[in-house]
Amino acid sequence: MDLEFSAEEIAFRDEVRAFIAENYPAELRGKQDEGDDLTKEDFLSWHRVLAKKGWIAPAWPVEYGGPGWTATQRYIWSEETARADCIRIMPFGITMVGPVIYTFGTPEQKARFLPRILSGEDWWCQGYSEPGAGSDLASLRTRAVLSDDGTHYIVNGQKTWTTMAQHADWGFFLVRTNPDAKQQEGISFLLIDMKSPGITVRPIITLGGEHEVNEVFLEDVKVPVENRIYEENKGWTCAKFLLAHERAGIAGVAASKRGIEKIRDIAMTEMDGEKPLLANPFYRRKVAELEMDLTALEFTELRTLANEASGKGSGAEANVLKIKGSEIQQRITELVLEAAGHYGAPYFRGFGEGDNEHPIGPEWANRAAPSYYNMRKTTIYGGSNEVQRNIIAKMVLGL
Amino acid sequence: MDLSFTETQDMLRETLARFLADTYDFEARKKMLTRPEGRDPGIWKALATDLGILSAPFAEEHGGMGGGTIENMIVMEELGKVIAIEPYLQTAVIGGNALKYAGGAQAEALIPQIIAGDAIIAFAYAEPRGRYDLARIETTARKDGAGFVLNGHKAVVYAAPWATHLLVTARTGGSGAERDGVELFLVDAKAAGITRRDYPTVDGFMASEVYFENVALGGDALLAGGLDLIERLVDDATMAVCAEGQGAGRRLHELTLAYTKERKQFGQPIGKFQALQFRLADMMVEAEQIESMVLMGTLKLDLPAEERKAAVSLAKAKVARSLKFIGQNAVQTHGGIGITMELAAGHYFKRTTMIENQFGSPDHHLGRYEALTLPA
Repeated sequence: MDLEFSAEEIAFRDEVRAFIAENYPAELRGKQDEGDDLTKEDFLSWHRVLAKKGWIAPAWPVEYGGPGWTATQRYIWSEETARADCIRIMPFGITMVGPVIYTFGTPEQKARFLPRILSGEDWWCQGYSEPGAGSDLASLRTRAVLSDDGTHYIVNGQKTWTTMAQHADWGFFLVRTNPDAKQQEGISFLLIDMKSPGITVRPIITLGGEHEVNEVFLEDVKVPVENRIYEENKGWTCAKFLLAHERAGIAGVAASKRGIEKIRDIAMTEMDGEKPLLANPFYRRKVAELEMDLTALEFTELRTLANEASGKGSGAEANVLKIKGSEIQQRITELVLEAAGHYGAPYFRGFGEGDNEHPIGPEWANRAAPSYYNMRKTTIYGGSNEVQRNIIAKMVLGL
Repeated sequence: MDLSFTETQDMLRETLARFLADTYDFEARKKMLTRPEGRDPGIWKALATDLGILSAPFAEEHGGMGGGTIENMIVMEELGKVIAIEPYLQTAVIGGNALKYAGGAQAEALIPQIIAGDAIIAFAYAEPRGRYDLARIETTARKDGAGFVLNGHKAVVYAAPWATHLLVTARTGGSGAERDGVELFLVDAKAAGITRRDYPTVDGFMASEVYFENVALGGDALLAGGLDLIERLVDDATMAVCAEGQGAGRRLHELTLAYTKERKQFGQPIGKFQALQFRLADMMVEAEQIESMVLMGTLKLDLPAEERKAAVSLAKAKVARSLKFIGQNAVQTHGGIGITMELAAGHYFKRTTMIENQFGSPDHHLGRYEALTLPA
């Protein structure tokens, strides 16, 4: 065992660092510094840089366009992008539907969709949850009926919590193709063109004032049968694969490290009496406790990556990473809100886009409460933490 | 000992609760927030003239009902149940108490205006660099003949955009966080030299950054009492927001409980799952403790300063911790819908979260309690 990076790994890290420094879009950096809302084009600007370099999909096999990195290189990559405060790459194409397509798709499907995911030409969204099917995803009711001639499905139903659907070109949907089968057995995995007639996207505004999620209504939407991934009624296999597949990144370790660094910076400049807030023994202890838990999470993730290569492990890795990672992300926002003091209250976003007024109080404080509110989502989405515990109890502990 | 309410107090609560149930449902509140002034001024006027609520905490000789802190507690609790955005805390509790404690011509003139709903008072005490230390202020009131000249910047002054008067803390002398030289002034909100930057707050109120540039004050603007008076007012206000938190926290628990009975997953109401039953039970335990601490702190407001401060700090820290537990678990139990603007629960969560740190975070209050009561 060796915790130190090898000479090759250090060289790789330096290469990554230099690449980010030279190629991260300056305009995007400026907007992030100003705390502006990011547009679809902003997200795509960094995506395209990475696509061109061949680094957009670190976990993909080389044959489909991945860079062929080792687990350690992928770890270095996520560390360095977080360290440099790069925006996240939208996961719906690269980390979600992409692996499903290259694992379960036909050669035609791979050729048609994968290159456009890599290039960023297609923006993807996820049509899973429904108003009546949240934690109990398998009870979903959106219905797909095969046409008499077998060429297409007609889809009717409603999806919800569809992140960034307002920008999406394509969506991957779980739909019910056999209403008579046992819950998980009658579900299929469909790729749906979001410009299809019959699709309506309606925004849901969250507590911080953000428009991230949407309701998606499907009314007699025609979906060609060649857009179905894997066999009919076997969509749950794809869904399960997707849930278990993306372990790296699920914990958000690198981003949380960056979050704690920001807290340290904030608490060094924010004064509490004659001293910086970070000298306040109560606040200081909370930062230390957060770092303790994040370190435990980080080494859990490293163990998980190591075990993945050798096929060993507890079987509960993804669940542990999700539970602890989401809790830590929330605690970071709690400490930022606490640091903001009185300036946690102003709702600066209310002035609307393109507003050039200077912020109220310290710049970082204006997003403190909205992100605290918003990040409550992390213990709810992607399989709520209750569901994660259910999975551990049932699948791993056999209770 | 007697912990029961009088008939008059019960009646006050019922009258107000009935009125708020009619006027302050979730949709009506949402509409108020979208109005340009950020509220419906008609409600304040109705509270004053139709219901006489604004007279509740004032003495009969000023035209009041002869109540005090208990009446304020009752009103704040009811306002909290509907997450009302009325400036009762600022006007009747802080402003009203400042006038009561200071007495004199100012009180004679202004209390009847408060009762009539014509005066709204905002409390300008926080500063950009002061955090929760009431004495760490840089705003100055320089003596000038018989009066004063006010200069400085006050931060996040709730209700300032609506205010007819401002209560402003400022230094007539001293520096840093020295106790001496900190005084309280009653200032006409329209006085020359005052500018404001107004904004909404995350919990639905309106607030302002308020700037004073050579604002000329008469000698009678000074409400004598110094930092002792200001600390008393803030302790009163702290217990009032705790009472508001009690109302909001209790309602949030009820909303969550109702949701667990109607929301079905895995073929049954989610309230049938033991994990959620325990959570809902724990939330109730916290709600009960909030109610206890609100009563404890409120009843000790008239004790000597050190005992009062210790009691208020314990109450506030506990209420904040319990509200955090209730708020976070309410959202978690609702799932995604709890994080949206679409259900009332999320709006309660936004307000209870702000109450946690209003007039001092749990760390601040536990620190103050330790300093007052534990040997070094």
